[in-house]
Amino acid sequence: MPQSSSNSVLLETEPLVTTSNIPQPEVGPAERRQHLNSLAHQDDVLWEETLPGASTWSHILKRGTALRIETLEDNCNVGAIFLNADNPTERLNLPDSLKAQHIARLTAGSALFSDMGRVLCSITDDTLGWHDPLGGCSDDTMVEQKYGKLSYQEGRNHWHVSALDGFLIELAKYGLSSRDLTMNVNFFSKVEVLSDGSMHFVPNFAKAGAAVELRAEMNTLVLLNTCQHPMDPDPNYAQRAVKLTLKKVAAPGPDDLCRTACDENRRGFTLTERYFL
Amino acid sequence: MPDFSPANKGHTKDRGFSPWDTMPETIIQTSPLLAEDAAFTATVGAGDPFVHVIRKGEVVRIVDLEGNQAVDTLFYNADNYADRYSAQDTIRHQKNIYLTTGSELISTERHHLLTIVADTCGRHDTLGGACSAESNMVRYAIDKRPMHACRQAFIKGALQWSEQTGRQLDKRDLTANINFFMNVPVTTDGSLTFADGVSGAGKYVELRAEMDVLVVISNCPQLNNPCNAYNPTPVSILIWNAELRIH
Repeated sequence: MPQSSSNSVLLETEPLVTTSNIPQPEVGPAERRQHLNSLAHQDDVLWEETLPGASTWSHILKRGTALRIETLEDNCNVGAIFLNADNPTERLNLPDSLKAQHIARLTAGSALFSDMGRVLCSITDDTLGWHDPLGGCSDDTMVEQKYGKLSYQEGRNHWHVSALDGFLIELAKYGLSSRDLTMNVNFFSKVEVLSDGSMHFVPNFAKAGAAVELRAEMNTLVLLNTCQHPMDPDPNYAQRAVKLTLKKVAAPGPDDLCRTACDENRRGFTLTERYFL
Repeated sequence: MPDFSPANKGHTKDRGFSPWDTMPETIIQTSPLLAEDAAFTATVGAGDPFVHVIRKGEVVRIVDLEGNQAVDTLFYNADNYADRYSAQDTIRHQKNIYLTTGSELISTERHHLLTIVADTCGRHDTLGGACSAESNMVRYAIDKRPMHACRQAFIKGALQWSEQTGRQLDKRDLTANINFFMNVPVTTDGSLTFADGVSGAGKYVELRAEMDVLVVISNCPQLNNPCNAYNPTPVSILIWNAELRIH
């Protein structure tokens, strides 16, 4: 499968970990193989960074790279929206994603479909089993009602901000606006739906160390926001940080977990590959 | 104002199929409004768009004329189309994914756009979105692309509206829509299914505009799944003025 031409740009970035700076243990063949595997894994890391709580982040995740998000504290929430960086009128369509895969939660094997029948990103690894596509994001009024007002003047970077505000400011940096704001995913949060349709936020769901990995199948503008989930009943404003790891990854093969999750995903991957031909 | 008192409330009969078996009693709310008093009526054929401004206080009714028809519907703040119906804000606001009588439709800027004031169907979908040529390729087969789909109708309606009014409305404004009369149950294990319609001939849903709104409808042409019982049919739209009188 063709790789994005932008990979050459990524390779110029100094890897965080290289084979030369990792100590070589004296071990038997099985351990050595495992160690070599882990080296191969670490070799692909492009960079790592910490995203503090109540912050917004964005990056054009190139096809052939992946973003791993790992919680550094209990009860983190990471709101996320996705757009085709090469044509932002094509963007995450959660209804299309959910109905194609017959899911109301996201986990390993799930594909995030655009409105054009293509896969923007797929979830290749997940330690948690459930990420919320339903709850949406907080807004300024909600934040003020729940946590009280705290201005920048008073709180500096601990001031009270909302996910909606963060998304709109970040979208504007790419020439985008509220017209481009879609339904968002909330990684590390779970909202259960009962048979009467009622929605229930599951508290204390994600512990520190939970991780989800997103592989870009297209050049995808990823916007993340670490504000609390809008249904989180915690009365205290909390800034919970996550670790982001950007890495280079292999293209999905014929047996790829996400491609083979269902026939709908197979067709989605085929249409995505055709887009780059 | 019309009488939407509990005296008009009834309950659904046992419908005899599974989606309702686990459901609590479904409240059915009939409307006191009479069709002959409507200030505006239109029939929308299957596969056609319908775009119209509804003023604050006006009541709009959508009638499933022949039954089991999905009506894909978007709402916008008439003064600012960037401020539009938001599925996530609406379902979080009422803590329930289904719409019925009493549901308040919330916009992306957290405005209260409309309220459902009558509903003889009992459940409407917020999560299934619209069908499109592209999603049909994913869901059914790649050669389904040429079939007519809601997004085609939405785009046609938006482009025509833009041309008539000079106001910008295009694909960027097509967000997650309501599917009136459609049944998309979600289970506690996080799966989502398309079940047989819960609607029937003559069932309707009625909404009161809480501010001036633009309604954009695609009367769904889908032939690949049971959302229209494989038989797309017309719907009618009725609008009553804010100052109407009840006979």
